[in-house]
Formats: sequence, C-alpha cells, structure tokens
Amino acid sequence: MSRKTAKTDTKDSYVTADGRTIGPAVMEMQNITLRFGGVIAIQDISFDIREGEVRAIIGPNGAGKSSMLNVINGFYHPQEGQVLYKGEVRKPLKPYEIAHQGIARTFQNIALFKGMSTLDNIMTGRLTHMKTGMLSQALWWGRAQKEEVENRAFVERIIDFLEIQSIRKVPVGRLPYGLQKRVELGRALAAEPSLLLLDEPMAGMNVEEKEDMSRFILDVNEEFGTTIALIEHDMSVVMDLADRVVVMDYGKKIGDGTPDEVRSNQAVIDAYLGVSHD
Amino acid sequence: MPAEFYYGVEVFLNGLMAGVMYSLVALGFVLIFKASGIFNYAQGIMALFAAMTLVGFQEGQIPFAHLINAVFGTEVHHFGWTMPAFFAILFALGVMLLFAFLVEKLILKHLVNQEPIILFMATIGLAYFMEGFGDLMWGSNVKKLDIGIPQGGNFWIEENTAFLGGEDFYGFYLDTLDIYATVIAAVLVTSLVLFSQYTKTGRALRAVADDHQAALSVGISLRSIWVIVWGIAGFVALVAGIMWGSKSGVQFSLSLIALKALPVLMLGGFTSIPGAIIGGLIIGVGEKMFEFLIGAPLLGGATENWFAYMLALVFLVFRPQGLFGEKIIERV
Repeated sequence: MSRKTAKTDTKDSYVTADGRTIGPAVMEMQNITLRFGGVIAIQDISFDIREGEVRAIIGPNGAGKSSMLNVINGFYHPQEGQVLYKGEVRKPLKPYEIAHQGIARTFQNIALFKGMSTLDNIMTGRLTHMKTGMLSQALWWGRAQKEEVENRAFVERIIDFLEIQSIRKVPVGRLPYGLQKRVELGRALAAEPSLLLLDEPMAGMNVEEKEDMSRFILDVNEEFGTTIALIEHDMSVVMDLADRVVVMDYGKKIGDGTPDEVRSNQAVIDAYLGVSHD
Repeated sequence: MPAEFYYGVEVFLNGLMAGVMYSLVALGFVLIFKASGIFNYAQGIMALFAAMTLVGFQEGQIPFAHLINAVFGTEVHHFGWTMPAFFAILFALGVMLLFAFLVEKLILKHLVNQEPIILFMATIGLAYFMEGFGDLMWGSNVKKLDIGIPQGGNFWIEENTAFLGGEDFYGFYLDTLDIYATVIAAVLVTSLVLFSQYTKTGRALRAVADDHQAALSVGISLRSIWVIVWGIAGFVALVAGIMWGSKSGVQFSLSLIALKALPVLMLGGFTSIPGAIIGGLIIGVGEKMFEFLIGAPLLGGATENWFAYMLALVFLVFRPQGLFGEKIIERV
C-alpha cells in the first residue's frame, strides 16, 4: 500500500504516493524521561510527529504507550527532556488548557457525556471555538446566537461525515460500543485539532467495527488533512493505517520507521513474539 | 358542583403554588449536586443571606455596623438613604456572585478529588460561618422585605370565580404574592433550562455534570464552571429568599426552608431539574390536599409538618433514586 512510502529522513514537506502532503514536524519529543517514584515509565525517548501524517505508537501491554500519550497531551510533565509543539518548547499546562492548544483526544475507555445526545456531545467539541460572553449567551442575543448557529452547522457536517445522522438525538449512553467510539471521534474532530490523539481506537471492537473505524481514521486524515497520533497494541491494525510507527517496550523505544521497516526490525519481532533470555 | 368541591380545587391551587416555592429551593441543591457532586448544606443559609443583603442595601444599612460601633465607639447604623428595589436586587446579586467566586477560591479549590462526605462537611462549616457572618454584617433582628410585590388575597380572582360554587362559595382565595412567585419561578426555571440546552456555557455545565475527565479533554475548566454553578445557585437562592422573605419576613427560620427541600429532592431525585420541579409540586399539593381531605377532618390537623417526610420515606422504599434520578446499576 502506498502509505508505506513515508520518508523519515527529511525535515521538508513531501507528497505521498496517495497524494497527501506531509509537512514538517508539528510535535517533537526530545529525550523524554518520565518517572513515577522509582518506576521509570518512559526512558530517554525521542521522536517527532509530522504535519498531516498518521503516526502510530505501538508496543505490548505495559510498554508505556499511554504514559507517552499523556506526555504528548501535556497531562504528564516529564522529568527530563522537552516537548516542542509547533516549533516552541511547551510549558507545563493545566489539563483543560491542552484542548485550547489544538490537541484533541479520545480515550481508551470512552469518556463521553452519557446523558447528553450525540449532537450535544459533538457540540461540546466546539467549545474552544466559541468566544461569546456569558451575558450575551444568557440573553441569546447578537453574536451568541450567530455563533451557536454557525457551530451547529459545522457539527452537522461532522455528523454527516461519520454517518451517524440517525442517532443525532439519542443519548449516547444508550448507543452500542462501536457507535460510542465514533461519537467520541466526532467530538474530537469538532475541535478542528492540529493534532488528534487516539488512545486505542479499536480496543474492544469486533472485526466489522474495526474496519469501519480504520476507514474513518483514514478518511479524516485524507479529507481534513488532520495530523493523527494513535496508540494501539494490536500491530496488524496499525500497519495499514500509519505512515510511521514508533515501537515501545518496557519504556524504551525499540523501533521507529515505516510499517515495513518496523515489521522487519529484529528487536520488534522479539518484543512481540517473545525471545528466550538465556 | 357542591361548594366543597371548589374548596378542594382552591386547596389544590394553593398547594401547587406552595410547591413552586419548594421547587425553587430544591433547584439550588440540584444545580450544585449535579455539577460537583456536593450536597450543599448551606443552600438555605444562602437564601437567608441573600435576602438579608437585599434588605440591607434597600434600607441603606451600614454593613458590620455593630462591629464598627463596638470597636470605634461610634453610633452608626444607616447611611441615610434608601435604594430602589431593582438596584438593591442587582447589588445583592453581585454579592452572591462574589460569594460564589470566594467559595471556589477559598474552599472548593483545596478540596478537589476529595470524598463527597468531606465536601459535605465543608458546606456544613460554610453554612454556620455564613449564619454568623450574615448576622454580624446585617444584624440578627427580624427584617421586613418588601420589593413592591402586592400581598394578600387577590380580589379579582375571588370576585370572578365566586359564581362557580353557588351561595356558600365566595370565590377562590389565592394570595397575589404566591401568584407572582409562581410566575417568576416558572420564568426562572424555563430560562435556566433554555440556557443549559442552547448555549455554550449551558452545554459545558451539563458536560461537567456528566463526566469530569471528558469535560477537561474538550477544554472546559472545572473551576470556572464551579464558580458559574455556585453563582447560579446563589441567584436561585436570592429569588427564593425574596419570595419566602416577602411572605414571612427575613429571619433565621428562613434558612430552614432548606429542610422542606429535602423531601422534594428525595422524591424528584438529586440529579434532575425537572425532578426538583415536579417533586416540589407533588409535595406542595400532597401536603395541602392531605390536610384538607384526611388531616383536618380525621387526624386533628397539623399534618403539613410531617406529611412531606412521610411521603419521601414511602418513595425511598419503592424508588430510592427518586422519580427522575439516575438509576444506579452496579456491575458485578
């Protein structure tokens, strides 16, 4: 597949075989080390995420993938190393400020507003784009009304895109698992993120749901040009999706490159298949 | 129709209007409970404090006059002006918003991720602090609250309904203040519901009430939402304080209306705004009708004091989550 033609050796933009433009790095992790007390969750890891690409972080359970995602996200502050976001060193953030930086995410164990409808859930994704003050909103007057209508229109486009028109008004708590995942993706997309983080987007899905989700992830990347970083422990899922893959094991980086490069990397094979320690 | 039937209708209507007043108090509890999981013991005191502040502004009282006089040996009590009700309400609202801000800054901020029981204890502390603080600020005497809402029986309704019941019936006796309170409460509740459904902040409020982690991930600051929620609860407390204060004067017993909200909450569910409204109406109508039909003729009267609690108890047995509350299902 064409996606496996990604180049890793240049800082300049290039065009992939399937016609997507990949830009320079939007996020760079430099020598990140993260400790929890005596436990080292991440040890001296560096990699970058380029604009417009699908970047995967894979590894067996407990490899430190979720910790890594939380560092990218700004939720954890690494003890060593630095994170460059859009070319600047990022300062420690409060959890809610991350979204305002243009980073949206989904969660491994879906974190939706279960009592709210699909439409309202996705509308919350637009919060960072809505600026009117409380008073104007309370009176439903002038800009507040205009803003609400515009953002509503945007959300309707996302609903069309994800093919969830039929569940617009349904409280998401009542939806099946696969659809909830899709709504969560919709909420993240609504923020028009510069970087979209997906934490195990296929976890717990059946084959059909996995195929649907893969298709949506590819479509999002192709049609909106959204930069995506995703975590997955199932290697086969990632290989068809990602332009480049980082492989982690026991908190260390053991591989980085295109899916083909990673697949033929001996350390990666050992980590996944197990190797006798003698 | 016999006149008794129309008296029954009159009792029913009065019950509905009393119920609206209960709903108003219960609403303040529900707002805070939904957004932050805190049962705010101080809600009743907030209503009292808001009403005292309103009267204080209206009559141009000097805050902390007693303290000032004791320390400096002066003899000051009033600024010597009175303020129109409208502006006094605005100022009182301002004080309640400032109060919300301080509660977040001084208390909630330091208790993030604590057990609900600890937060509950904190609101008990807050309640007693405010009780003392309110007295110190505005004095503990019984005050009259009058913002120009007419009181007493509504003659227009009485005259125009007298023909219904024949000779023994003199028309429905409905208190004008109650009618105003009902209309105001209806407007307040409707606008709160619209606000929470169709605005960005309203949606953020519901989001926080639903899931804190998810709310953070879409960029909602929990702390600013808590200020807003306590601000709205303060506003609701002010409205409740005005209505109850106009009815029975501003004094300590005003804060005990919170106790009346408890059965309403048990009935309607702690997490449901419609529940608070319907629960209030059921309690209001229920206690008046029970007194009229059973209490007064058979039990020697005065059943209104305990009927609400008994009803709530029966409800707890059959439907612990309340009428509209979220059903708690534990996975095994």
